[in-house]
Amino acid sequence: MAEQTVATTSRQETSMTPKETTHSRERTLTPPVDIYETPDGLVVLADLPGVSKEGLDVRVENDILTIRGTSSDGLPGEPIYREFELANYFRQFELSEKVDQNKITAELKHGVLTLKLPKAEEAKPKKIEVKVN
Amino acid sequence: MANWDSFDEIEALRRHLGRAFQEFTFENEPVSRVVFLPGKAPRRYPLINLNEDKDNFYLEALAPGVDPASLNITTVRNKLTLSGEKRRVEGEIRPEAFHRSERASGKFVRTLELPIEVDEGKVKAEYRNGILKLTLPKAERAKPKQITVNVG
Repeated sequence: MAEQTVATTSRQETSMTPKETTHSRERTLTPPVDIYETPDGLVVLADLPGVSKEGLDVRVENDILTIRGTSSDGLPGEPIYREFELANYFRQFELSEKVDQNKITAELKHGVLTLKLPKAEEAKPKKIEVKVN
Repeated sequence: MANWDSFDEIEALRRHLGRAFQEFTFENEPVSRVVFLPGKAPRRYPLINLNEDKDNFYLEALAPGVDPASLNITTVRNKLTLSGEKRRVEGEIRPEAFHRSERASGKFVRTLELPIEVDEGKVKAEYRNGILKLTLPKAERAKPKQITVNVG
């Protein structure tokens, strides 16, 4: 699994990095992720605070997994102290063909996205029985 | 030409900077004392934004993946303490199974000093989409009083 975007130097959730594509000037946040492997496949966890189910867009096109999140939020009253600013989230990963793209599942809970990417059947390790005569 | 005392100048500058830092930090300890310590500077978690209107403070804290049951919010006068735990992943995962590990996790405590006292009994908290939102009504006794001037 390779990543399309250049990794950020700072891992602060609020670090703003301009998108590498030149199309838009929109500034996006790179969500921090955890990726781990299980016998069945890969699990991707991404912190996307402020993103609701409706604002989330996860898609796979040409073996590229794209995570986009729109955070719409606001506090009433006048701002007096600021430590973070919410923006839209964007991050891309390149999938190996070993992932069964039709069986990817996504779950969003408490601002954390959990993606399960099951391995394709042919990529799973097979146990080979050795017969000794 | 006036005598230029470089030590005096430096001292004045230091005081000035110290004051500037103090104004911009929310907590009472100046940032400078923390950030220049060797090693990793303690990170503030969760990050917060604070708004106010006439009657309330509104606070939002960036805390994705925090177990709502572990959240503990207490207020005493104008001090607000947020604590909780953000778990990394559910279940036991072998460390070697990780390809990437970027998300912050662990237990946190953060104490904030609000500009004026709040009404401890009426604080409301809501946790949605990984953002904790608090509404903290300002205490009646701490609100500025309007005084009408009688013209005799």
